[in-house]
Amino acid sequence: MSTGNFENWAGEIAEIGAIYPFVGTEGLLAIAGVVFWLWWHFKQAKIEEQQFKDQVERYGSKENMMKLVSREDPEDP
Amino acid sequence: MDNELTALGIIFTEFYYWITVVIMFLIHVGFCMYEVGASRHKNHMHTLMKNTMIIPLVTITFFFFGWWIYFAFPNGPGFIGGLVEAPHATIYSEAMAPHMGAGDFNGWERINGVFWAAFLLFSWTAASIVSGAVIERIKTSGFMVLAVAIGSFFWIIDAAWGWHPDGWMVQVLGYHDAYASGVIHGIAGFFALGVLINLGPRIGKFAADGTPRNINPRNPWLVTIGLFLIYTGFWGFYVACNIPMWDVQAGDGVFYSATNIYLGPTTLSGITFNFLMSLSGGLMAGYIVSKGDPFWTYSSGLAGIIAASAGNDLYHPIQAMLIAAITVPVIYKMHYWVERRFKIDDAVGAVAVHGYAGFFGMIWAGFMLWGYPSSPNTEYAAINPLGNFIGALIMCGVLGFIPGWVIAKILKSAGMLRVPPEIEITGLDIGLHEADKADEQGIINAELEYVRSRT
Repeated sequence: MSTGNFENWAGEIAEIGAIYPFVGTEGLLAIAGVVFWLWWHFKQAKIEEQQFKDQVERYGSKENMMKLVSREDPEDP
Repeated sequence: MDNELTALGIIFTEFYYWITVVIMFLIHVGFCMYEVGASRHKNHMHTLMKNTMIIPLVTITFFFFGWWIYFAFPNGPGFIGGLVEAPHATIYSEAMAPHMGAGDFNGWERINGVFWAAFLLFSWTAASIVSGAVIERIKTSGFMVLAVAIGSFFWIIDAAWGWHPDGWMVQVLGYHDAYASGVIHGIAGFFALGVLINLGPRIGKFAADGTPRNINPRNPWLVTIGLFLIYTGFWGFYVACNIPMWDVQAGDGVFYSATNIYLGPTTLSGITFNFLMSLSGGLMAGYIVSKGDPFWTYSSGLAGIIAASAGNDLYHPIQAMLIAAITVPVIYKMHYWVERRFKIDDAVGAVAVHGYAGFFGMIWAGFMLWGYPSSPNTEYAAINPLGNFIGALIMCGVLGFIPGWVIAKILKSAGMLRVPPEIEITGLDIGLHEADKADEQGIINAELEYVRSRT
Protein backbone atom coordinates (compact mmCIF):
# COMPACT_ATOMS: atom_id res chain seq x y z
CA MET A 1 0.00 0.00 0.00
CA SER A 2 1.30 3.47 -0.82
CA THR A 3 -0.20 6.97 -0.81
CA GLY A 4 1.91 7.67 -3.90
CA ASN A 5 1.82 6.31 -7.42
CA PHE A 6 4.55 3.76 -6.70
CA GLU A 7 5.83 1.36 -4.08
CA ASN A 8 9.49 1.10 -5.12
CA TRP A 9 11.99 2.81 -7.43
CA ALA A 10 12.37 -0.22 -9.69
CA GLY A 11 11.42 0.00 -13.33
CA GLU A 12 11.20 3.17 -15.43
CA ILE A 13 11.54 6.09 -13.02
CA ALA A 14 10.60 8.55 -15.77
CA GLU A 15 7.24 6.81 -16.05
CA ILE A 16 6.40 7.50 -12.41
CA GLY A 17 5.75 11.17 -13.08
CA ALA A 18 4.50 12.99 -9.98
CA ILE A 19 6.08 11.78 -6.76
CA TYR A 20 3.90 13.51 -4.16
CA PRO A 21 1.20 11.62 -2.25
CA PHE A 22 -2.45 11.56 -3.31
CA VAL A 23 -1.88 12.37 -6.98
CA GLY A 24 -5.23 13.36 -8.48
CA THR A 25 -6.31 15.66 -5.67
CA GLU A 26 -4.74 18.77 -7.24
CA GLY A 27 -8.11 20.43 -7.81
CA LEU A 28 -9.12 20.07 -4.17
CA LEU A 29 -5.72 21.26 -3.03
CA ALA A 30 -6.08 24.33 -5.25
CA ILE A 31 -9.46 25.18 -3.73
CA ALA A 32 -8.13 24.67 -0.19
CA GLY A 33 -5.12 26.87 -0.94
CA VAL A 34 -7.18 29.74 -2.33
CA VAL A 35 -9.67 29.56 0.56
CA PHE A 36 -6.80 29.68 3.06
CA TRP A 37 -5.31 32.72 1.26
CA LEU A 38 -8.55 34.70 1.21
CA TRP A 39 -9.39 33.72 4.80
CA TRP A 40 -6.02 35.11 5.90
CA HIS A 41 -6.75 38.54 4.39
CA PHE A 42 -10.13 38.81 6.15
CA LYS A 43 -8.78 37.53 9.46
CA GLN A 44 -5.73 39.82 9.38
CA ALA A 45 -7.84 42.87 8.53
CA LYS A 46 -10.23 42.09 11.38
CA ILE A 47 -7.40 41.65 13.89
CA GLU A 48 -5.73 44.86 12.76
CA GLU A 49 -8.95 46.88 12.99
CA GLN A 50 -9.64 45.61 16.49
CA GLN A 51 -6.09 46.37 17.61
CA PHE A 52 -6.28 49.92 16.26
CA LYS A 53 -9.65 50.44 17.89
CA ASP A 54 -8.37 49.26 21.27
CA GLN A 55 -5.19 51.28 21.00
CA VAL A 56 -6.97 54.47 20.01
CA GLU A 57 -9.25 54.06 23.04
CA ARG A 58 -6.35 53.31 25.35
CA TYR A 59 -3.62 55.65 24.14
CA GLY A 60 -5.38 58.11 21.86
CA SER A 61 -6.23 60.85 24.34
CA LYS A 62 -4.71 64.23 23.65
CA GLU A 63 -2.74 64.17 26.92
CA ASN A 64 -1.35 60.72 26.25
CA MET A 65 -0.36 61.57 22.70
CA MET A 66 1.39 64.73 23.93
CA LYS A 67 3.27 62.64 26.49
CA LEU A 68 4.28 59.97 24.00
CA VAL A 69 5.38 62.41 21.32
CA SER A 70 7.39 64.45 23.80
CA ARG A 71 9.37 61.43 24.94
CA GLU A 72 10.02 60.16 21.40
CA ASP A 73 13.68 59.38 21.37
CA PRO A 74 15.38 57.32 18.67
CA GLU A 75 17.59 55.54 21.16
CA ASP A 76 15.24 54.86 24.07
CA PRO A 77 11.50 55.41 23.65
CA MET B 1 17.53 11.67 -18.46
CA ASP B 2 19.05 8.56 -19.89
CA ASN B 3 22.54 9.88 -20.62
CA GLU B 4 25.05 11.87 -18.62
CA LEU B 5 25.30 14.83 -21.00
CA THR B 6 21.56 15.47 -21.01
CA ALA B 7 21.48 15.05 -17.23
CA LEU B 8 24.38 17.46 -16.85
CA GLY B 9 22.60 20.13 -18.87
CA ILE B 10 19.29 19.75 -17.02
CA ILE B 11 20.72 19.49 -13.53
CA PHE B 12 23.15 22.37 -14.18
CA THR B 13 20.22 24.55 -15.22
CA GLU B 14 18.21 23.54 -12.15
CA PHE B 15 21.18 24.34 -9.93
CA TYR B 16 21.92 27.60 -11.75
CA TYR B 17 18.48 29.03 -11.00
CA TRP B 18 18.47 27.62 -7.49
CA ILE B 19 21.67 29.54 -6.72
CA THR B 20 20.17 32.76 -8.09
CA VAL B 21 17.19 32.34 -5.75
CA VAL B 22 19.44 32.01 -2.71
CA ILE B 23 21.42 35.10 -3.70
CA MET B 24 18.27 37.07 -4.47
CA PHE B 25 16.90 36.28 -1.02
CA LEU B 26 19.41 38.87 0.16
CA ILE B 27 17.44 41.54 -1.70
CA HIS B 28 14.55 40.99 0.67
CA VAL B 29 16.79 40.91 3.71
CA GLY B 30 18.25 44.19 2.48
CA PHE B 31 14.86 45.77 1.92
CA CYS B 32 13.75 44.82 5.43
CA MET B 33 16.90 46.29 7.00
CA TYR B 34 16.67 49.38 4.84
CA GLU B 35 13.04 50.09 5.69
CA VAL B 36 13.43 49.46 9.40
CA GLY B 37 16.50 51.71 9.45
CA ALA B 38 14.57 54.43 7.65
CA SER B 39 11.59 54.28 10.02
CA ARG B 40 11.30 55.92 13.43
CA HIS B 41 11.66 53.77 16.52
CA LYS B 42 7.94 53.87 17.22
CA ASN B 43 7.28 52.14 13.88
CA HIS B 44 10.16 49.66 13.56
CA MET B 45 8.30 46.39 14.15
CA HIS B 46 5.29 47.31 12.05
CA THR B 47 7.63 48.28 9.22
CA LEU B 48 9.48 44.97 9.53
CA MET B 49 6.36 42.84 9.64
CA LYS B 50 4.71 44.64 6.75
CA ASN B 51 7.63 43.80 4.51
CA THR B 52 8.16 40.31 5.92
CA MET B 53 4.57 39.30 5.19
CA ILE B 54 5.13 40.09 1.52
CA ILE B 55 7.04 36.81 1.42
CA PRO B 56 4.17 34.40 2.14
CA LEU B 57 1.38 36.41 0.53
CA VAL B 58 3.14 36.99 -2.78
CA THR B 59 4.59 33.48 -2.77
CA ILE B 60 1.27 31.68 -2.51
CA THR B 61 -0.51 33.95 -4.97
CA PHE B 62 2.35 33.70 -7.44
CA PHE B 63 1.94 29.93 -7.12
CA PHE B 64 -1.84 30.15 -7.54
CA PHE B 65 -1.96 32.41 -10.61
CA GLY B 66 1.15 34.57 -11.19
CA TRP B 67 3.21 31.87 -12.83
CA TRP B 68 0.37 30.88 -15.14
CA ILE B 69 -0.13 34.51 -16.23
CA TYR B 70 3.45 34.70 -17.49
CA PHE B 71 2.97 31.82 -19.92
CA ALA B 72 -0.68 32.46 -20.80
CA PHE B 73 -0.59 36.23 -21.50
CA PRO B 74 2.19 36.91 -24.08
CA ASN B 75 -0.45 37.72 -26.71
CA GLY B 76 -2.28 40.15 -24.44
CA PRO B 77 -4.57 38.19 -24.56
CA GLY B 78 -6.46 39.89 -27.33
CA PHE B 79 -3.71 42.01 -28.91
CA ILE B 80 -2.07 39.55 -31.27
CA GLY B 81 -3.80 36.33 -30.24
CA GLY B 82 -5.56 34.53 -27.43
CA LEU B 83 -4.50 32.84 -24.23
CA VAL B 84 -1.52 30.52 -24.64
CA GLU B 85 -1.76 26.98 -23.27
CA ALA B 86 0.45 26.58 -20.19
CA PRO B 87 -0.25 23.13 -18.74
CA HIS B 88 2.88 23.19 -16.58
CA ALA B 89 1.99 26.45 -14.82
CA THR B 90 -1.61 26.08 -13.67
CA ILE B 91 -2.33 25.80 -9.96
CA TYR B 92 -3.59 22.25 -10.41
CA SER B 93 -0.77 21.04 -12.68
CA GLU B 94 1.21 17.96 -11.67
CA ALA B 95 4.28 19.84 -12.89
CA MET B 96 3.84 22.42 -10.09
CA ALA B 97 5.18 19.85 -7.62
CA PRO B 98 7.95 17.24 -7.30
CA HIS B 99 7.90 15.34 -10.57
CA MET B 100 10.25 12.90 -12.29
CA GLY B 101 9.54 13.82 -15.86
CA ALA B 102 6.74 11.91 -17.54
CA GLY B 103 3.83 13.72 -19.19
CA ASP B 104 3.31 16.51 -21.69
CA PHE B 105 5.21 19.27 -19.95
CA ASN B 106 7.99 19.66 -22.51
CA GLY B 107 10.75 19.39 -19.92
CA TRP B 108 9.24 21.98 -17.57
CA GLU B 109 8.57 19.41 -14.86
CA ARG B 110 12.28 19.46 -13.98
CA ILE B 111 12.98 23.19 -14.10
CA ASN B 112 9.56 24.50 -13.10
CA GLY B 113 10.16 25.08 -9.39
CA VAL B 114 13.49 26.85 -9.65
CA PHE B 115 12.41 29.03 -12.57
CA TRP B 116 9.17 29.86 -10.73
CA ALA B 117 11.18 30.81 -7.65
CA ALA B 118 13.53 33.04 -9.66
CA PHE B 119 10.53 34.96 -10.99
CA LEU B 120 8.95 34.92 -7.54
CA LEU B 121 11.93 36.70 -6.06
CA PHE B 122 11.37 39.44 -8.66
CA SER B 123 7.77 39.53 -7.42
CA TRP B 124 8.87 40.10 -3.84
CA THR B 125 11.15 42.88 -5.06
CA ALA B 126 8.30 44.62 -6.89
CA ALA B 127 6.19 44.56 -3.73
CA SER B 128 9.13 45.61 -1.55
CA ILE B 129 9.78 48.66 -3.71
CA VAL B 130 6.24 49.84 -2.93
CA SER B 131 6.61 48.87 0.71
CA GLY B 132 9.48 51.27 1.36
CA ALA B 133 7.69 54.29 -0.05
CA VAL B 134 4.62 53.94 2.18
CA ILE B 135 6.12 53.22 5.61
CA GLU B 136 4.89 54.67 8.89
CA ARG B 137 1.25 55.25 7.97
CA ILE B 138 -0.19 52.44 5.82
CA LYS B 139 -2.40 49.69 7.19
CA THR B 140 -0.97 46.21 6.78
CA SER B 141 -4.34 44.93 5.52
CA GLY B 142 -4.40 47.48 2.70
CA PHE B 143 -0.75 47.02 1.89
CA MET B 144 -1.12 43.26 1.54
CA VAL B 145 -3.78 43.76 -1.14
CA LEU B 146 -1.43 46.13 -2.95
CA ALA B 147 1.50 43.71 -2.55
CA VAL B 148 -0.45 40.85 -4.12
CA ALA B 149 -1.64 43.15 -6.93
CA ILE B 150 1.81 44.35 -7.94
CA GLY B 151 3.73 41.19 -6.96
CA SER B 152 1.52 38.48 -8.41
CA PHE B 153 -0.54 40.25 -11.05
CA PHE B 154 0.56 43.49 -12.70
CA TRP B 155 4.30 42.97 -12.91
CA ILE B 156 3.90 39.47 -14.30
CA ILE B 157 1.51 40.77 -16.96
CA ASP B 158 4.20 43.23 -18.03
CA ALA B 159 6.70 40.37 -18.01
CA ALA B 160 4.45 38.31 -20.27
CA TRP B 161 4.08 41.28 -22.62
CA GLY B 162 7.62 42.65 -22.70
CA TRP B 163 9.95 40.22 -20.97
CA HIS B 164 9.07 36.99 -22.72
CA PRO B 165 10.63 35.61 -25.91
CA ASP B 166 7.24 35.86 -27.63
CA GLY B 167 5.66 38.78 -25.77
CA TRP B 168 3.52 41.00 -27.99
CA MET B 169 5.56 44.07 -27.08
CA VAL B 170 8.72 42.33 -28.26
CA GLN B 171 7.07 41.18 -31.47
CA VAL B 172 5.28 44.40 -32.39
CA LEU B 173 7.27 47.20 -30.70
CA GLY B 174 10.75 45.66 -30.63
CA TYR B 175 10.68 46.32 -26.87
CA HIS B 176 13.94 45.51 -25.11
CA ASP B 177 14.46 45.52 -21.34
CA ALA B 178 16.96 42.78 -20.59
CA TYR B 179 17.47 43.33 -16.84
CA ALA B 180 14.08 44.81 -16.05
CA SER B 181 14.55 48.59 -15.87
CA GLY B 182 10.87 48.91 -16.59
CA VAL B 183 9.60 45.38 -16.11
CA ILE B 184 10.32 45.46 -12.37
CA HIS B 185 11.61 48.86 -11.31
CA GLY B 186 9.62 51.20 -13.52
CA ILE B 187 6.29 49.52 -12.90
CA ALA B 188 6.81 49.18 -9.14
CA GLY B 189 8.09 52.73 -8.74
CA PHE B 190 5.13 54.25 -10.56
CA PHE B 191 2.68 51.88 -8.81
CA ALA B 192 4.09 53.30 -5.56
CA LEU B 193 3.50 56.84 -6.83
CA GLY B 194 -0.17 56.04 -7.53
CA VAL B 195 -0.50 54.67 -3.98
CA LEU B 196 1.29 57.64 -2.40
CA ILE B 197 -1.09 60.15 -3.98
CA ASN B 198 -3.99 58.48 -2.18
CA LEU B 199 -2.10 57.66 1.00
CA GLY B 200 -0.88 61.19 1.66
CA PRO B 201 2.20 62.37 3.55
CA ARG B 202 3.12 61.47 7.11
CA ILE B 203 1.88 63.91 9.75
CA GLY B 204 4.42 66.70 10.03
CA LYS B 205 6.19 65.96 6.76
CA PHE B 206 5.16 69.29 5.27
CA ALA B 207 5.04 72.64 7.02
CA ALA B 208 1.92 74.80 6.76
CA ASP B 209 3.50 76.70 3.85
CA GLY B 210 4.21 73.40 2.05
CA THR B 211 7.92 73.25 2.79
CA PRO B 212 9.00 69.62 3.21
CA ARG B 213 10.69 68.57 6.44
CA ASN B 214 13.30 65.82 6.46
CA ILE B 215 12.41 62.69 8.41
CA ASN B 216 15.89 61.24 8.38
CA PRO B 217 16.74 57.53 8.76
CA ARG B 218 16.86 56.64 12.46
CA ASN B 219 19.53 54.02 11.88
CA PRO B 220 21.78 55.00 8.97
CA TRP B 221 23.99 51.93 9.52
CA LEU B 222 21.05 49.59 9.02
CA VAL B 223 20.02 51.54 5.93
CA THR B 224 23.44 51.34 4.33
CA ILE B 225 23.98 47.68 5.16
CA GLY B 226 20.52 47.01 3.78
CA LEU B 227 21.42 48.72 0.53
CA PHE B 228 24.67 46.76 0.36
CA LEU B 229 22.65 43.57 0.68
CA ILE B 230 20.33 44.73 -2.08
CA TYR B 231 23.41 45.25 -4.29
CA THR B 232 24.53 41.74 -3.41
CA GLY B 233 21.17 40.22 -4.20
CA PHE B 234 21.10 42.20 -7.44
CA TRP B 235 23.87 39.91 -8.75
CA GLY B 236 21.50 37.00 -8.43
CA PHE B 237 18.81 39.05 -10.13
CA TYR B 238 21.02 39.69 -13.15
CA VAL B 239 22.06 36.07 -13.45
CA ALA B 240 18.47 34.89 -13.05
CA CYS B 241 17.47 37.07 -16.00
CA ASN B 242 19.68 34.92 -18.23
CA ILE B 243 19.23 31.47 -19.63
CA PRO B 244 22.57 29.79 -18.94
CA MET B 245 22.95 27.60 -22.01
CA TRP B 246 21.08 27.83 -25.28
CA ASP B 247 21.75 27.27 -28.96
CA VAL B 248 21.76 30.84 -30.24
CA GLN B 249 22.83 30.13 -33.80
CA ALA B 250 20.19 31.36 -36.23
CA GLY B 251 19.90 29.23 -39.36
CA ASP B 252 22.32 26.34 -39.87
CA GLY B 253 24.89 25.35 -37.27
CA VAL B 254 25.04 25.23 -33.51
CA PHE B 255 26.47 27.77 -31.04
CA TYR B 256 25.80 27.54 -27.33
CA SER B 257 25.84 30.67 -25.22
CA ALA B 258 24.13 32.32 -22.31
CA THR B 259 21.14 34.37 -23.44
CA ASN B 260 18.97 37.15 -22.16
CA ILE B 261 15.30 36.47 -21.43
CA TYR B 262 14.49 36.98 -25.14
CA LEU B 263 16.90 34.15 -26.07
CA GLY B 264 19.27 36.69 -27.64
CA PRO B 265 22.95 35.97 -26.97
CA THR B 266 24.93 37.63 -24.21
CA THR B 267 27.61 36.52 -21.76
CA LEU B 268 27.97 36.42 -17.99
CA SER B 269 31.24 38.32 -18.44
CA GLY B 270 29.50 41.06 -20.37
CA ILE B 271 26.79 41.61 -17.82
CA THR B 272 29.34 41.49 -14.99
CA PHE B 273 31.30 44.33 -16.60
CA ASN B 274 28.17 46.36 -17.02
CA PHE B 275 26.68 45.68 -13.60
CA LEU B 276 29.78 46.96 -11.85
CA MET B 277 30.39 49.88 -14.19
CA SER B 278 26.79 51.12 -13.92
CA LEU B 279 26.91 50.70 -10.15
CA SER B 280 30.09 52.78 -10.13
CA GLY B 281 28.68 55.49 -12.38
CA GLY B 282 25.63 55.76 -10.15
CA LEU B 283 27.61 55.90 -6.92
CA MET B 284 30.00 58.56 -8.25
CA ALA B 285 27.23 60.77 -9.60
CA GLY B 286 25.14 60.28 -6.47
CA TYR B 287 28.03 61.27 -4.25
CA ILE B 288 28.54 64.49 -6.18
CA VAL B 289 24.91 65.51 -6.58
CA SER B 290 24.01 64.76 -2.95
CA LYS B 291 27.28 66.21 -1.66
CA GLY B 292 28.29 62.92 -0.08
CA ASP B 293 24.95 62.13 1.61
CA PRO B 294 25.23 58.41 2.46
CA PHE B 295 21.55 57.60 1.94
CA TRP B 296 21.43 59.13 -1.52
CA THR B 297 24.87 57.92 -2.55
CA TYR B 298 23.93 54.31 -1.83
CA SER B 299 20.52 54.72 -3.45
CA SER B 300 22.19 56.27 -6.49
CA GLY B 301 24.33 53.17 -6.96
CA LEU B 302 21.11 51.22 -7.23
CA ALA B 303 19.56 53.82 -9.51
CA GLY B 304 22.65 53.69 -11.74
CA ILE B 305 22.29 49.95 -12.26
CA ILE B 306 18.55 50.32 -12.91
CA ALA B 307 19.12 53.09 -15.47
CA ALA B 308 21.46 50.88 -17.48
CA SER B 309 19.71 47.56 -16.91
CA ALA B 310 17.46 47.60 -19.98
CA GLY B 311 20.50 47.34 -22.24
CA ASN B 312 23.17 45.93 -19.95
CA ASP B 313 23.23 42.71 -21.98
CA LEU B 314 24.75 44.61 -24.89
CA TYR B 315 26.21 47.96 -23.75
CA HIS B 316 29.91 48.70 -23.54
CA PRO B 317 30.84 49.04 -19.85
CA ILE B 318 31.77 52.72 -20.24
CA GLN B 319 28.41 53.35 -21.90
CA ALA B 320 26.76 51.68 -18.89
CA MET B 321 28.76 53.85 -16.52
CA LEU B 322 27.91 57.07 -18.36
CA ILE B 323 24.21 56.22 -18.64
CA ALA B 324 24.16 55.67 -14.88
CA ALA B 325 26.09 58.85 -14.17
CA ILE B 326 23.88 61.02 -16.38
CA THR B 327 20.59 59.57 -15.12
CA VAL B 328 21.26 59.77 -11.38
CA PRO B 329 21.38 63.58 -11.05
CA VAL B 330 18.16 63.82 -13.06
CA ILE B 331 16.23 61.41 -10.85
CA TYR B 332 17.67 63.03 -7.71
CA LYS B 333 16.40 66.46 -8.79
CA MET B 334 13.08 64.98 -9.87
CA HIS B 335 12.56 63.42 -6.44
CA TYR B 336 12.81 66.77 -4.66
CA TRP B 337 10.86 68.63 -7.32
CA VAL B 338 7.94 66.16 -7.13
CA GLU B 339 8.10 66.22 -3.33
CA ARG B 340 7.81 70.01 -3.19
CA ARG B 341 5.42 70.47 -6.10
CA PHE B 342 2.94 67.66 -5.39
CA LYS B 343 3.54 67.06 -1.65
CA ILE B 344 4.47 63.44 -2.24
CA ASP B 345 6.05 61.83 0.82
CA ASP B 346 8.12 58.97 -0.56
CA ALA B 347 9.90 57.84 2.59
CA VAL B 348 12.82 56.09 0.89
CA GLY B 349 12.97 57.71 -2.54
CA ALA B 350 11.62 54.55 -4.18
CA VAL B 351 9.70 56.36 -6.90
CA ALA B 352 12.87 58.12 -8.02
CA VAL B 353 15.35 55.27 -7.63
CA HIS B 354 13.11 52.63 -9.21
CA GLY B 355 10.41 54.49 -11.12
CA TYR B 356 12.21 57.40 -12.76
CA ALA B 357 15.51 55.53 -13.22
CA GLY B 358 13.61 52.57 -14.67
CA PHE B 359 11.71 54.82 -17.07
CA PHE B 360 14.90 56.47 -18.31
CA GLY B 361 16.54 53.05 -18.56
CA MET B 362 13.97 52.00 -21.15
CA ILE B 363 14.40 55.25 -23.09
CA TRP B 364 18.20 54.91 -23.13
CA ALA B 365 17.99 51.35 -24.46
CA GLY B 366 15.68 52.38 -27.30
CA PHE B 367 18.23 54.87 -28.61
CA MET B 368 21.43 53.03 -27.75
CA LEU B 369 20.34 49.72 -29.29
CA TRP B 370 18.40 51.20 -32.23
CA GLY B 371 18.28 48.62 -35.02
CA TYR B 372 19.46 45.67 -32.93
CA PRO B 373 17.32 42.51 -33.22
CA SER B 374 14.91 42.29 -30.31
CA SER B 375 14.76 38.53 -30.70
CA PRO B 376 16.38 35.66 -32.61
CA ASN B 377 13.08 35.52 -34.49
CA THR B 378 13.80 37.66 -37.56
CA GLU B 379 10.12 38.47 -38.07
CA TYR B 380 9.92 40.47 -34.85
CA ALA B 381 10.40 44.27 -34.86
CA ALA B 382 13.90 45.58 -34.23
CA ILE B 383 14.73 47.59 -31.11
CA ASN B 384 13.87 51.28 -31.66
CA PRO B 385 13.34 54.45 -29.59
CA LEU B 386 9.60 54.74 -30.23
CA GLY B 387 8.97 51.10 -29.32
CA ASN B 388 10.82 51.41 -26.05
CA PHE B 389 9.14 54.78 -25.30
CA ILE B 390 5.68 53.27 -25.83
CA GLY B 391 6.84 50.30 -23.77
CA ALA B 392 7.91 52.65 -20.98
CA LEU B 393 4.48 54.28 -20.99
CA ILE B 394 2.80 50.87 -20.80
CA MET B 395 5.06 49.64 -18.00
CA CYS B 396 5.04 52.79 -15.88
CA GLY B 397 1.62 54.21 -16.71
CA VAL B 398 -0.81 51.53 -17.83
CA LEU B 399 0.44 48.70 -15.61
CA GLY B 400 2.11 50.74 -12.86
CA PHE B 401 0.68 54.13 -11.96
CA ILE B 402 -2.97 53.59 -12.95
CA PRO B 403 -3.51 50.28 -11.10
CA GLY B 404 -1.66 51.62 -8.05
CA TRP B 405 -3.82 54.74 -7.97
CA VAL B 406 -7.11 52.89 -8.58
CA ILE B 407 -6.55 50.13 -6.01
CA ALA B 408 -5.32 52.61 -3.41
CA LYS B 409 -8.37 54.79 -4.08
CA ILE B 410 -10.69 51.81 -3.51
CA LEU B 411 -8.84 50.84 -0.33
CA LYS B 412 -9.01 54.43 0.87
CA SER B 413 -12.78 54.51 0.28
CA ALA B 414 -13.10 51.29 2.27
CA GLY B 415 -11.06 52.69 5.15
CA MET B 416 -8.33 50.11 4.58
CA LEU B 417 -5.45 52.33 3.48
CA ARG B 418 -4.26 54.58 6.26
CA VAL B 419 -3.89 54.04 9.99
CA PRO B 420 -5.86 56.33 12.35
CA PRO B 421 -3.98 59.57 13.15
CA GLU B 422 -3.82 58.62 16.86
CA ILE B 423 -1.90 55.46 15.92
CA GLU B 424 0.40 57.35 13.57
CA ILE B 425 1.21 59.84 16.33
CA THR B 426 1.67 57.34 19.13
CA GLY B 427 3.42 54.90 16.82
CA LEU B 428 2.34 51.77 15.01
CA ASP B 429 4.21 49.71 17.61
CA ILE B 430 2.44 51.33 20.56
CA GLY B 431 0.68 48.12 21.55
CA LEU B 432 3.92 46.12 21.46
CA HIS B 433 5.88 48.75 23.37
CA GLU B 434 3.29 49.05 26.11
CA ALA B 435 2.99 45.27 26.39
CA ASP B 436 6.78 44.98 26.62
CA LYS B 437 6.85 47.57 29.37
CA ALA B 438 4.14 45.74 31.30
CA ASP B 439 6.04 42.45 30.91
CA GLU B 440 9.24 44.05 32.07
CA GLN B 441 7.54 45.61 35.08
CA GLY B 442 6.13 42.22 35.96
CA ILE B 443 9.61 40.67 35.95
CA ILE B 444 11.04 43.55 37.98
CA ASN B 445 8.27 43.16 40.55
CA ALA B 446 8.92 39.42 40.76
CA GLU B 447 12.65 39.96 41.22
CA LEU B 448 12.04 42.57 43.93
CA GLU B 449 9.71 40.18 45.70
CA TYR B 450 12.37 37.46 45.52
CA VAL B 451 15.06 39.75 46.99
CA ARG B 452 12.71 40.89 49.76
CA SER B 453 11.84 37.32 50.63
CA ARG B 454 15.49 36.33 51.19
CA THR B 455 16.52 36.22 54.77
